Amino acid sequence: MSTIKFILDGREVEAAPGETIWQVANRLGIEIPHLCYSPKPGYRPDGNCRACMVEIEGERVLAASCIRKPAPGMKVQTASERAKTARKLVFELLVADQPPRERAHDPDSRFWQWADRVEVAASRFPKDVRPKPDRSHPAMAVHLDACIQCTLCVRACREVQVNDVIGMAARGHQEKIVFDFDDPMGASTCVACGECVQACPTGALMPATLVDEAGAYTNAPDREVDSVCPYCGVGCQLTYRIRNDRIVAVAGKNGPSNRNRLCVKGRFGFDYVHHPDRLTKPMIRKEGVPKSDVAIDPANPWTHFREATWEEALDRAAEGLRRIRDRDGPGALAGFGSAKGSNEEAYLFQKLVRTGFGSNNVDHCTRLCHASSVAALMEGIGSGAVTAPFMAAEQSDVIIVIGANPTENHPVAATFFKQATKRGAELIVMDPRGQALKRHATHMLQFKPGRDVPMLNAMLNVICEEELYDRQYVQAHTEDFEKLKAHVKDFPPEKMAPLCGIDAETLRTVARKFARAEAGIIFWGMGVSQHTHGTDNARCLIALALITGQTGRPGTGLHPLRGQNNVQGASDAGLIPMVYPDYRSVEDPATRAFFEELWGTKLDPKKGLTVVEIVNAAYDGRIKGLYVMGENPAMSDPDAGHARAGLAKLEHLVVQDIFLTETAKYADVVLPASAWPEKDGTVTNTNRQVQMGRRALPLPGDARQDWWIIQEIARRIGLDWNYTHPRDVFAEMTKAMPSLANITWERLLREDSVTYPCPAPDHPGEAIVFAERFPTPSGRGKLVPASIVPPAEEPDEEYPMVLTTGRQLEHWHTGAMTRRAEVLDLLEPEAVAMLSPLDLRRLGIAPGEKIRVATRRGRIELSARSDGAVPSGLIFIPFCYAEAAANILTNPQLDPYGKIPEFKYCAAKVEKVEAEALAAQ
Amino acid sequence: MLRDEDRIFQNLYGELDWRLAGARARGDWDGTAALIAKGRDWIVNEVKNSGLRGRGGAGFPTGLKWSFMPKQSERPCYLVVNADESEPGTCKDRDIIRHEPQKLIEGCLLASFAMGAHTCFIYIRGEFVNEARRLQAAIDEAYEAGLLGKNAAGSGWDFDLILHRGAGAYICGEEMALLESLEGRKGQPRLKPPFPAQVGLYGCPTTVNNVETISVVPTILRRGASWFAGIGRPKNEGTKVFCISGHVNRPCNVEEAMGIPLRELIEKHAGGVRGGWDNLLAVIPGGSSVPCIPKPICDEVLMDFDSLREVKSGLGTAAVIVMDKSTDIIKAIARLAKFYKHESCGQCTPCREGTGWMWRVLERMVKGEAEVAEIDMLLDVSYEIEGHTICALGDAAAWPVQGLIRHFRPVIEARIAEYRSRAGRRAA
Repeated sequence: MSTIKFILDGREVEAAPGETIWQVANRLGIEIPHLCYSPKPGYRPDGNCRACMVEIEGERVLAASCIRKPAPGMKVQTASERAKTARKLVFELLVADQPPRERAHDPDSRFWQWADRVEVAASRFPKDVRPKPDRSHPAMAVHLDACIQCTLCVRACREVQVNDVIGMAARGHQEKIVFDFDDPMGASTCVACGECVQACPTGALMPATLVDEAGAYTNAPDREVDSVCPYCGVGCQLTYRIRNDRIVAVAGKNGPSNRNRLCVKGRFGFDYVHHPDRLTKPMIRKEGVPKSDVAIDPANPWTHFREATWEEALDRAAEGLRRIRDRDGPGALAGFGSAKGSNEEAYLFQKLVRTGFGSNNVDHCTRLCHASSVAALMEGIGSGAVTAPFMAAEQSDVIIVIGANPTENHPVAATFFKQATKRGAELIVMDPRGQALKRHATHMLQFKPGRDVPMLNAMLNVICEEELYDRQYVQAHTEDFEKLKAHVKDFPPEKMAPLCGIDAETLRTVARKFARAEAGIIFWGMGVSQHTHGTDNARCLIALALITGQTGRPGTGLHPLRGQNNVQGASDAGLIPMVYPDYRSVEDPATRAFFEELWGTKLDPKKGLTVVEIVNAAYDGRIKGLYVMGENPAMSDPDAGHARAGLAKLEHLVVQDIFLTETAKYADVVLPASAWPEKDGTVTNTNRQVQMGRRALPLPGDARQDWWIIQEIARRIGLDWNYTHPRDVFAEMTKAMPSLANITWERLLREDSVTYPCPAPDHPGEAIVFAERFPTPSGRGKLVPASIVPPAEEPDEEYPMVLTTGRQLEHWHTGAMTRRAEVLDLLEPEAVAMLSPLDLRRLGIAPGEKIRVATRRGRIELSARSDGAVPSGLIFIPFCYAEAAANILTNPQLDPYGKIPEFKYCAAKVEKVEAEALAAQ
Repeated sequence: MLRDEDRIFQNLYGELDWRLAGARARGDWDGTAALIAKGRDWIVNEVKNSGLRGRGGAGFPTGLKWSFMPKQSERPCYLVVNADESEPGTCKDRDIIRHEPQKLIEGCLLASFAMGAHTCFIYIRGEFVNEARRLQAAIDEAYEAGLLGKNAAGSGWDFDLILHRGAGAYICGEEMALLESLEGRKGQPRLKPPFPAQVGLYGCPTTVNNVETISVVPTILRRGASWFAGIGRPKNEGTKVFCISGHVNRPCNVEEAMGIPLRELIEKHAGGVRGGWDNLLAVIPGGSSVPCIPKPICDEVLMDFDSLREVKSGLGTAAVIVMDKSTDIIKAIARLAKFYKHESCGQCTPCREGTGWMWRVLERMVKGEAEVAEIDMLLDVSYEIEGHTICALGDAAAWPVQGLIRHFRPVIEARIAEYRSRAGRRAA
């Protein structure tokens, strides 16, 4: 494809193939007004506003430069008198109906900026009747009196985020944007991603935080800081918009994983940092307050704690740890690091435990999310990270999403999947629960909970029996294929259908489709991993990708969608009891020698305990001291009642956090730490992109930086640490971690995001890996057959239903942050259990009524919600609600390889809480 | 005057049988397979040589348009027939569908073959309920007779004809909006380029033609390009169905030679202007969108594309709207402005905002409640709308206003002055 030569304003210019006149002009510094056109990624030009009209010689009508592509020899005038007056008239017609600028919802909007530049301030035309405001949504203000019908919001909603809520209704001058069937925005199916707000060029759609009740722009930001979203593993880049040292709005930034998109949490869930519950002073548990007493109001902890100076609190925290280490040995101490902190903090924390506590008893919530996936991936392909970023779905023609609900848990990743289906890719969703992606799916396999292996083995059977596997790939890149083939022979679809609940024909169809795809890719989430057979589930998925040759090429790969913003980075940095940074075994003498040399101390050669094991050991009295940084096991661990009892038994518990979490309530010392927007540091997302987070806010009160707190503890237990800034830590990490080769702090400051592995300082990093060989000893991918292991606890007469847990779009993890974010808590304010309408009817429960859900481990009371996506016999409870913690109920049985608990399956019963009982409470 | 034997539409008035048997008796479907056997290039050339220009309003040479279709295409090609006849004053396609449906159907086959299309859609105006029923019945008859479907009319060409009903929006008569609507979306014009011959229906090469254009093709092919080209004036050849309405004694549709003098057309076929030719005020010669022409121009003007363009109007759909001296010309044009405001799809700014504004100003001008300076402003805005919108609806809304001001400015000024003096009297 060669360039196109044409004449622009009298000079010969060249356009790249596909480039529009506007793009060429813009590139050459020629300014052409535009309203309905956004040059941002994902926005198709529409040419409707007519503000960018240019004159083309020989054509009767003017052309919209945003959409018109030049032809060879074309003569274009961007500033002819005719074009200029035509554009001016557009502005004049639009200004006529705008609210006056002094009362504009956004007087700095792109519309007004352009109006200024084309010198239109007033209009000869009279004003027409304008629509009334719609303030029904807690996060967004709708003032259609400023709407110019440019349809950017429609494209934002339908094409960029693919939510299909906003439409353009009616015709002519009556034309207006509507939410669903012209519902108020707050009553519509809007998921509040805020893409429309970001796209709107007039202020007709605004973050509600920026305008007052009358719609006037009263809260303009005074500065902006670029950073990364603190929520999920997608790792959206964003810009904090700040006024008087408070975040007032968040805008999406053009990061490699999000291309300016955000979700409701990232865009509107920022005000937790300013919540009055923030810990601002170090605290020490009052003398004589027993650990069994945790009836503490996080807003007023002074009933149970007393204020302390940093000096005293740090001394007390360190003294307790030192005492136990010196008295009972390193094995009596443990540490929980955080997947919500930075890479530097994670690295320091594991270094503290390994070199200061003297054991490998350090773990974090990866244990609770993808430990089994990582175990299977390490075993199968020698690497625990994804082989391809989720953006690879753009090149896929068959996409499998299994055990994941990305529209709620990875909403921006989900936009890529939805866009892929619009392009024509086939989407196969496999999940016991229905979900929003179902609407975009070619096949929705709502299989029986916990029956992943029968379903996946049946697919493997079809591929092997029908010889649909990639013979060459299997020969060149895998081992143990014959073993797998022999094993899956016993799993024909007809036999597996009754087990997994998916008919044989469908199993055959999807197996064939995936095997025959030009480029197939597999995404999975915690529905796969959080089982006692989680590792087996992941093994099946790995086998599926390997025997069909669906890895190492564009549009192919294995991608466990990582949950937390930095669970990838925290794992990479070594917050895992079996491995040092970069997943190198603690049992390998050469590795140990390397780290002993690097860290200047002897290291424990034994694997440490995992999260659940540590809590169990605390319960048994084997672990006596625990240092928790930014984790909340009292909410996130299975059988939380047992976990809490374990925490209560600890002789010494130090908790470093930004809120008084359910875990911190058991603490002896509480150290007020830094929230994400208050710190500098790097995080690594699900796509292996190391990204730079920048400090945007001052610390509240006497709160301190986490790295500083860890270092102060380290110094007090005998380590000679002298880091002055996270960049010092990052520098040390690059020495410890070959994966960070060619990635430096300065480079990240400059480029914001670099993917590892990265072969050169000027290379963006390798998005898709293992094209040639896998990092296993043989260089081949190992195929590991999986047998059917039933869930650890099956329903019975007493507990006839299946309980599964997970997250909601609006809430994050244990809710410590999102329950304190105003918009998010308004959208989902109370603990709910989702049941099928059928079960609710059967149990005589009306939606909204209080129910009691009980398992062998405990019971909670919460509201019932009717959810057609939940199959009969299943209960789904989000685990973010402290007042009805789902994990009181869950089964702590572990997967033998990944040591991950079975959050996704246990036996439960449901009963209505009678009105009298409620009244009695 | 056109000789009777040169009339293509022998049953324009429905006096004869509309069914297949009747149509065949008039010569329809005679030797269709033989015409197809001459090949697509021959057909396209004949149509080119006949000088046929599109009968939907724009007057683009039909043969040339067909030649834009790819000779070889991996994707299917489509012919789409625009039967969304909605231009005020226009009712020629309606009567062709009512009384000569087989001409259209045979034309669809021949034209589709000439463009390599195995499928043709007819998009018919939603309000044409009875016409849609009749056309469907005619299509069914043709299928039963083997004229459509596999090996249509024994030609060896497989051909399906699908009738699709619109939902009552004028804008869907615009070819790009029609394609959007046909695909099931909201009827809003797409931007050009790409033109339908490259990216049309379902993204495939497509030609959109008017009912009358397609319906005359079989006769042209049978009687020869030179026959058709021998009627009318150079570059404005052939016959044309004119729709004469308004202040005439006998409103009618009539097929006449292109280039017939307007006065002759009205007087011979429509019984003359009500109250005599001298009672004529103005004529809108080509459907509501073209500028009106006052009597002095009507005296001499010929009814074809180029003659009417010379007097700054247009042949459009050849819907001749006659207004005698009883007409309040400002009110008439204001009513048309209201129509275009109502039918604007709302997609692009100048049309959405401008049509409404023009109508509101005209409503005031009807009463005289305006400033004289607003006349120029109105003219100005109409020129800013013309040629600056996505589709031609903006032009269609602007032209009547321009015609009004061009020829009747003194009437508007007088109305304003009268209003002022009345207001002045009231104030005193």
